[in-house]
Parts: sequence; structure tokens; C-alpha cells
Amino acid sequence: MFDVVIIGAGVIGGMIARTLSAYDLKLCIAEKENDVAMGATKANSAIVHAGFDAKPGSLKAKLNVRGSELMPQIAEELGVKYDNNGSLVIGFSEADREIIKALYERGCTNGVKGLKIVEKDELKKLEPNLSENVLCALYAPTGAITCPYELTIAAIGNAMDNGAQLELNFEVKEICEKDGYYEVRSDKKVLQTKYIINAAGLYSDKIAAMVGDTSFTVHPRRGEYILLDKECGNLVSHTIFRTPSKMGKGILVTPTVDGNLLTGPTSVDIKDKEDTSTTAVGFDNIIRQAKENVPDIPYNKTITSFCGLRAVGSTGDFIMNAPKPGFINAAGIESPGLSSAPAIAEYAAELLKEQGAVLLPKESYHPIREAQHAFREAGIEEKNEMIKKDKSFGKIVCRCEAITEGEILRAIRTNPGARDLDGVKRRTRAQMGRCQGGFCSPQIVELLSKELGIPYEAVTKSGEGSYINIGKTKEV
Amino acid sequence: MTDLVIIGGGPAGMSAATAAYECGIRDILILERDENLGGILQQCIHNGFGLHNFGEELTGPEYAWKYEQKVRELGIPFKLNTMVLDITEDKIITATNEEEGIFQIQAKAIVLAMGCRERAKGALNIAGTRPAGIYSAGTAQKYVNMKGYMPGKEVVILGSGDIGLIMARRMTLEGAKVKAVCELMPYSGGLARNIQQCLVDFDIPLLLSHTVVEVHGKERVTGVTIAKVDENRRPIEETKQYISCDTLLLSVGLIPENELSKRAGISLDHITNGAVVDQDRETEVEGIFACGNVLHVHDLVDFVSQEAAIAGKSAAAYIQGTCKKGAAITLKTDGKIRYTVPQKITANKDVNVYFRVADVFRDVRINVYKGEEIIFSKKKAKAAPGEMESIVLKKDLLEGAEELRFALED
Repeated sequence: MFDVVIIGAGVIGGMIARTLSAYDLKLCIAEKENDVAMGATKANSAIVHAGFDAKPGSLKAKLNVRGSELMPQIAEELGVKYDNNGSLVIGFSEADREIIKALYERGCTNGVKGLKIVEKDELKKLEPNLSENVLCALYAPTGAITCPYELTIAAIGNAMDNGAQLELNFEVKEICEKDGYYEVRSDKKVLQTKYIINAAGLYSDKIAAMVGDTSFTVHPRRGEYILLDKECGNLVSHTIFRTPSKMGKGILVTPTVDGNLLTGPTSVDIKDKEDTSTTAVGFDNIIRQAKENVPDIPYNKTITSFCGLRAVGSTGDFIMNAPKPGFINAAGIESPGLSSAPAIAEYAAELLKEQGAVLLPKESYHPIREAQHAFREAGIEEKNEMIKKDKSFGKIVCRCEAITEGEILRAIRTNPGARDLDGVKRRTRAQMGRCQGGFCSPQIVELLSKELGIPYEAVTKSGEGSYINIGKTKEV
Repeated sequence: MTDLVIIGGGPAGMSAATAAYECGIRDILILERDENLGGILQQCIHNGFGLHNFGEELTGPEYAWKYEQKVRELGIPFKLNTMVLDITEDKIITATNEEEGIFQIQAKAIVLAMGCRERAKGALNIAGTRPAGIYSAGTAQKYVNMKGYMPGKEVVILGSGDIGLIMARRMTLEGAKVKAVCELMPYSGGLARNIQQCLVDFDIPLLLSHTVVEVHGKERVTGVTIAKVDENRRPIEETKQYISCDTLLLSVGLIPENELSKRAGISLDHITNGAVVDQDRETEVEGIFACGNVLHVHDLVDFVSQEAAIAGKSAAAYIQGTCKKGAAITLKTDGKIRYTVPQKITANKDVNVYFRVADVFRDVRINVYKGEEIIFSKKKAKAAPGEMESIVLKKDLLEGAEELRFALED
């Protein structure tokens, strides 16, 4: 019997798991995919928002500002990249200026620190590559960037190091209320638990409905992105937003913590919760709008494009409540979900207490997870010390990002271990560079095959069905 | 201090090394990132290599072995599984391997021979899903020829570069069905002989002015939508058609791998994506030379070896202090000729100039101008982007020139 089963291993489930792993609780995270961070978490803007967008008094406003405050320390403890680069909402007209003024007022009400409206001269000094047509901007020095999947992998890894169990490929099909506990069922397995936290992202409405809560729905909003080479990462240093509309914050231009340049997202409401396809129209819109903000973006340096689906709840705010005893929703977490995640986790723990759970701090709790990119960032002497201990750190597998065999093996061996090519990619950046795995993927398949003890052709790109090879030549 | 360090032990690196050795240089070191010498030739098990240099048809590994044997016989040292991480303008090389960890070497001269990589799918912004089953042609070639695994059974190939053509045949021979090769341009970028031997002989359709506009499938590719493109290379809506397949191979261009060159402060030609060099294949950083596919993408390895021999000899002369250079003559092109290698001439000797044209041309003349005067002219019945051209400029033609202009004219 578990004390708590968390459904969904995205950034919300992950941060909740990590927060709860500090207490004397038997925890399990149930995830339907072959890895953690597989939904909206792996494909979003990676921004830790300052908190001036959300309507004052909303849960979004409260949890964003708090989450953004907590983030630097959490990133530090988990060894996750975090860069307080600041953000700018730029305006091109007097109408935009009015919106910027309103955002400023709203931000002050929400308790965002250091907000300032800057005029063109100062703005161009902050960001020389902005369009000549800019008029003014809202400058938020507390805006930051991080890596959402790295954060989630680290949070879940840390929770596992502190005793939490991770069930992958566990798609919840049914939840049964028993006498004082729940049974969470997949096709293959049953988990018994006293409490459930629903952090199932796009499917959180479906999960809630399994216990009879049909008070909300969640629909997908498509967000396509184009990612550019590291050569372009210095084109802007702040995160550049346009003035927002009701469909979101518009096309942004931002550096990433890994030094690339990210542009997007589009914003289109769709119906299919699995449809992460990109569109030609989407690409055109991104390129056109991003160039209005920063005209010299060299799209011939594109590395990849991708699409994420935001989980948009029907209530307009985050949905955090306990519709049934012992069942807690952390649902409808759209933007600023990443920014709010640490605060959502705190709040979920409060709701759990209200439901009668006893949260006793665990003495053995260790909040620190070693930075997985430590090798990459070490100096030559330090690296050589590590290579002496483990020579596989001397062998480069991914040429473009200079990732060693040692780092890949560690990604497979460290909680939560990578089980497929994409899992290795998200943990190490191997295959994420210019050649996109052209050279190194056959070798990484071999490493996965050996480490996981599975045949070469059983290694997948991203879980069941996504096979890389169909079998040996002459045999298939 | 090492006299000559060669980055890359493929056909270019090995040829440069043996050429430098033959000019009297003994303190040579080849750094190779793979576990064997030979570079990409290791996986090119088809024949057709060596016709120019050896007068016979060799497979890739056979061709590479001829050079490897020579390297081994001459006792030229090489380090395998060794990746170069950095090169400075002062010719300090930082590299890593399992045995030595990260180490540095000061070289007197460097030959860059890192080869090229394939353009990846991400760069193309193809709409649709991102399932398993999309490979660059070279990656598929590695799976099939080196690892012995089949990526899939029903294949569509985007791009008609030579590796794509070779893989169309290879996959067919291994029992896969290659349904189509789509080429965005109205002509193929591959060699005419490969189109005949790899597509026509196997009844594989080559769809010119076609592209893949959407990828389908969630976990694994289940099909692609292709379309004809207009003269601006935009897909024509009415021509869209769906082809079911489990594999999409990409052969959409090769890019010289010049990340290290950039770190050394070497200026690149934005057309070739390789270094700007003189007739000795010396870059704008003195004592650093470049050759093979890192300099510009070649169609035939024979020309890679020839070019690398020039670089090796020149590096030897640089180390021995016997190279003399004069004022640079800049080579300009008219756009119909896209680029030349070398891009400049700094010595008074006969120079073999390589170049590619920008489109398919028939019955044209290659004219080289010194000011208004045509100093060289050659008739061509056909010139295509897929086939590299070359001409020899005799040294007496170069005299007094500051700039030579290469033009393709009727």
C-alpha cells in the first residue's frame, strides 16, 4: 500500500514527488510513457515567468510569483541549469504601450519585483538586435530561463533517490474507491494507495472523471517552435515577448540555457491530445512574427522544430482542489505552469495535509542531486581526474555536442535511467546538436542495448512501437 | 612540439600524411575520432572508387586500405578513438581519448581533414510528426553496412545526393521496397552514373521538383505526403499525394564540419562552407591547411586524395621553410559558377582550379577573365551542380593578375 500515488511524471508530478519525498511517505509516480517529462514538459518555452501576466488574485498569479522565487534554490539543489536573464515585453505602438502599462500595474499588484518600463534608447542598449520599430518595453529583471525536462528528470531522480518508486508505461485505466484507499489500475498492474494526486496534464480531466469529478475539462493548445544553432544563441540575451493576447504571450525569441536560440510558440486550439505534429502554416507564422521582433534571425541555422501541447483547463485558472476525499487535482496547468511548479508542489502538500495525510519530515532526506552536466562544464584538470577514474569519460560519442560515453552510461544508470534514444538525448544532449544524431545514434543504440540487456533491434527512439531497426539484415 | 598534426584519418588525412612523409617530414601524428582509419569509406561497401587514381574499381574499404597500408608501412603514427576538441590560431590542439584523457599538442603545421556531415531533418522544417524511422542516408548506411541491421522495409528517400542514390540501391538489394526518390530541384545533385546504376537499373522512380511536405505516424513513420513544387520551390497543393512507408531517408546535402576551423579563427567561404584557401590549400591562418570534404564537398574520393596530397606537400614545405608566397590573386565567380577552390592564388605555378556550377547548363564556355581579357576558355557540352569541374591555369597566364573572374557564358 502506497501513501501517495502521483499520476503523471511531468514537471508538476515531478516537483510534487520531490517535495513529498522529504516526508515519511511511501510514494509512487505512475507515468503512461516510457520516460518522464514526455508531455507539455518536454516542449515548451522553458521560461520562468516573472509573474506579471496572471490576473491578480488568481491561483496562477499567486503560485507563479512564489514558484519563480523558489526556482533558483531548487535548480541549485538539483543541479539544473537556471539563468536569470530577465525578460522584455516589447511594444511597437501607443496601443502596445497601454498594454505594457497595464502589465506593469498588474505585475506590481502580483508582487513582482523590479519591474520597469524602458524606452527605445535604453531598450536598444539592452538588446541591440531588436527591430528598429520598437517603442518601449516592460523590463522584468526576475524573468529567467531553465530547462524543463532537465528539471523534471532531476526532480524525479531526487525523489527516487529519496525512496519514491517510478512506474513507467503505466497508463491509468481505472481508479476504484475501496474502503479507505484507492486502487489505481493499468492493463497490467494495480497500485493500492491512500491518496492520489492527479498531475496528468492533458489527461487530468479524464483521470478526475475516473473518481466522478467532471467539473472541468482540459483541451490541447498546439505550440510549435523552431530551435536554432548555438551560433545564434547570443542574438538576444533577454527573453523577448510581444504584448499578450487572449491566446497567450505570442511568439517569443529567447536564448536557452544550453545556448541555442528558441523561437515560438504558435497557439492553436486543437482537439486531438496526441497530435504533436508541426505545420507549414505554423512555421511561416513563427518566422514572420519572430522577425518582426528581431529581424536578423538566421533561420538557415535551424536545428530542429517541434510542437508541444499545453493543457488548457476550462476554468481559466489552475485547478487545485480535492473533489473526493484523498484525491487531489493539480490540473489544467498551462502557462505559467513551469514557473509555478515549485509552488504548486508546496500547495499540493498543503492540500494533502488537509485531506488528513501526516507529513513527517524524513531524517534521511537528501535534497541534493549531482548536476548531470557537471562533466561538460568542468575544467580540463577536473575532467582528467574523472577520466582517470572512469576512462569512458575520455571517449566522445556525440561529436557535435562533445558528449562522452561516460556521460551517456551515467544517464542510463542514474535515476530515472534513460531507456531509449530520446531519453539519452534529453539527459545528455547527445544527438541534440547540428547533425541530430546522424553520427552517434547507432553507437548510442549499442550502449542502450548493452546496458539494458536487450537486443540491438529492441532499442527504441521513444518507447513502445518507435523501433529504430526491424531486425538483422538477411533475416527480415 | 609535433611537426605536423593531421585532424582526421579518412582518405584526406591519410593521403596528406603520406604526401608529407614523402616530402621528408617524419614527425607526423594523425588524430582519428573513430575506432579505425578510413573515415566514411568504411561504410561505403559499394564499388566505383579509385578509377582515377588506381585505374580500377574498388570498394570504399579497399580504397581506404590502400592508403592505410601505406600509413602503416611508413610507420606514420596515429591515435584512434581520439577526438579533437579545440584548435587555436597558435596551433595548439586539445584532444581527448580514453587512455590519455584530455591532452594538448603544439603543432608546427596542421592539416584539417575532418570531412563533412549530412544535413539533418531538423534543418528542413518538414511539417508533421517526429516518429522513429527518419534517418539520414549515411546513418541508414551505417546501420545496414556496419551494424548489420535493417532500418525498415518500405522506403521513401528525400533528396538525390549520391549517398541517397547509393542507399536506394542498397536497401533494394537488402529486400526493402524503395517507393520513390523525391528531389526538390529540377535536376539531381548526384552523379549521372549513380542515377543510372542505383535508380534506373532498379526501376526506382526519381521524382524531380518534388518534396516531402508532411511526415505521418506517431511511434514509427507510417507514411509521407509528397508534392510537386513550383519554380519558387513552394509545394503545389493539388499535387499532394500520400505514400505509405515505414522509413524516410534524407540525402539533402553535405556540410563540411568546420566547427574546429572556426575556433582556430579560420575564415570560411560562405558558399563552400569550407575554409578560404590558396593553391597550397593553406587557410588564412598560416601553417593550417585544409583538404577533402572539410574544404568543399567532393563527388569522388580520388579527387579528395589528390587535393590532400597537395595539402600534405605544402604543409611539408611550410615546416621546412621552403614555401614562398607572393601577392594574392583573388578568384571571383559570376554566380553561374558558384565557387572555386582555391579561392586565391599566391604562387606563380600551374594551378588546378576546381569549381561547381549553380544549375544545369548546356553548350557553354568556361571563360576566365583577367580584367577584360579572356585568358582561358573551354567549351562544355553539359555542366551540372552534381559534377565538380576543374581546369588547369598555366602559370604564365597568371602573371600580373590581381583578380581572375570565372564566368560561364554562351
